Amino acid sequence: MLQVEDLQKFFADFKAVAGADLTVRKGDLVAVIGPNGAGKTTLFNLITGHLAPDRGRIRFKGEDIAGLPAHQICRKGIARSFQIANIFPRLSVFRNVQVSVLSQRKLSETLFRPAQTMVLEETHRILDSVGLSAKKLDVAGSLSHGDKRILEIAIALGNEPELLILDEPTAGMSPDETTTTMELVKRLAREQGLTILFCEHDMDVVFDVATSIMVMQHGRTIIQGAPEEVRQNATVQEAYLGGV
Amino acid sequence: MLKDILRTSAFPWTAAVLLVLALVPFAAGRFYVYILAVIFVTGLLAMSLNLLAGHGGTYQFHHGVFYGVGAYTAGLIITKTALPAWVALCAGPIAAAAAGLVIGTFCVRLNKLYFGMLQISLGSLIWILALRWYSLTNGDDGIHGIPMPELLSGSVNAYYFILIVVSACLAVMYLILKSPFGTTLRAVRDNPQRCQAVGINVRRHQLLAIVIATFFAGVAGVLFVVLEGSVFPDMLFWVMSLEIFIMCLLGGWFTFFGPMLGAAIMVALRTFVGSYTDYWTLILGVVLILLIFFLPDGIMGINFRTWLHSRERRRAMNTVR
Repeated sequence: MLQVEDLQKFFADFKAVAGADLTVRKGDLVAVIGPNGAGKTTLFNLITGHLAPDRGRIRFKGEDIAGLPAHQICRKGIARSFQIANIFPRLSVFRNVQVSVLSQRKLSETLFRPAQTMVLEETHRILDSVGLSAKKLDVAGSLSHGDKRILEIAIALGNEPELLILDEPTAGMSPDETTTTMELVKRLAREQGLTILFCEHDMDVVFDVATSIMVMQHGRTIIQGAPEEVRQNATVQEAYLGGV
Repeated sequence: MLKDILRTSAFPWTAAVLLVLALVPFAAGRFYVYILAVIFVTGLLAMSLNLLAGHGGTYQFHHGVFYGVGAYTAGLIITKTALPAWVALCAGPIAAAAAGLVIGTFCVRLNKLYFGMLQISLGSLIWILALRWYSLTNGDDGIHGIPMPELLSGSVNAYYFILIVVSACLAVMYLILKSPFGTTLRAVRDNPQRCQAVGINVRRHQLLAIVIATFFAGVAGVLFVVLEGSVFPDMLFWVMSLEIFIMCLLGGWFTFFGPMLGAAIMVALRTFVGSYTDYWTLILGVVLILLIFFLPDGIMGINFRTWLHSRERRRAMNTVR
């Protein structure tokens, strides 16, 4: 579904991504791991169009999407969450999700119909599926950190994505919240047939959830393979897993 | 849709306020009628700015220009051409929106402060045109004694015309803000990056908001001509733009009616305090300082519900202890 080949991105002299390769097949739960500064977030920003790559190819469903602006890539079926909770803090939880559903239905520029009567069913369905229905009238900025991260996933779901990219979905969460969130991610993948690409620091989470793991170091892909294969790989053990 | 409007809880209040305002000319002197009309015109201008500043989060620093473009367009068509006055009155807002589209097209490419700076520069070009192109605009003398059709001349007629047009504009603005476009606009204000990630073309959305807001600024400009029968370059000067920005802050820029309240306060201060002392801006300054410290969201930004809520909670906690 998604192929990344020899992707590169420089910031002045610094090679943030120096040759990343990634394959995501339909229905996969792919984890990208690597130490801090390995280029995981930059890689995601390149795929979703928030940054333009300097070299390399990104193909989504056979189509080259490298360098397209973010809103167009979103239209092609890739939605994402961000590492830091990236929501609409002054809007209610309901509106947060509604905004993305409206965008998906190409209704964002409708001028003279009251928004409060539109796409209600779809928005409620998403809030139900992530378990935020009880808080739908809360101002999003007042949610707990964990709920903000869940809301982020809900916003991404509003785009009915085929590929959902989650940048450290459990960053800053308590162990309980982490478990709940990853259960949610697994359930979404199962129930809605979503393909998910995520990065994560917690190795237990990664090896528990992922069907395929890609390891990055210094902006390069070291290996991508099934969890067992990655666990056995000598370079990975040396570089990252610390001889697990 | 009309049924929905009639059914809202705000409808009886709005109708009552409009009725009172419609009766004002029977009870109050011509001076107060005039002051009210000034408040409506300035308030409409401030509210059009607030579509962008408060609801859209764009740094529309030189909004006064479009007020001036609307006013000058109407004034010039009436005085320099033989076209009927209503053509001039309709052309004002359209010219303002066109100017908004041109300037906005350049500005939306930049972010935040850079947007604002570019806008001040491009807006100042239009101000200079109004100020220096003597043969067309009379320069800093402005254009005076612009004749109005019978129906609109005289302060009471002008008052009713302004009341009707401003009410209609506010109703349209309200609908726009409640629409998906308005909701998305507030989302763009809160987080443009996230908006792109959900597939919203942020620049296009902002540009559309600019065109809408500058159209209403043009309407305000035309109403100014109806009320005063004159135009002058100060309408396009950056001080004017700053004043309306202050009105938004003063009244509450995350609220709908806030800027209208801000305009009322500013006009009242200038008229009533200004008649005692030239230093009325000193009082405005003190009011602003107090406001920034105690009511950063403006006067109408006070959320009485959360305020009561937090008070109740505090009381509850005290009893527990």
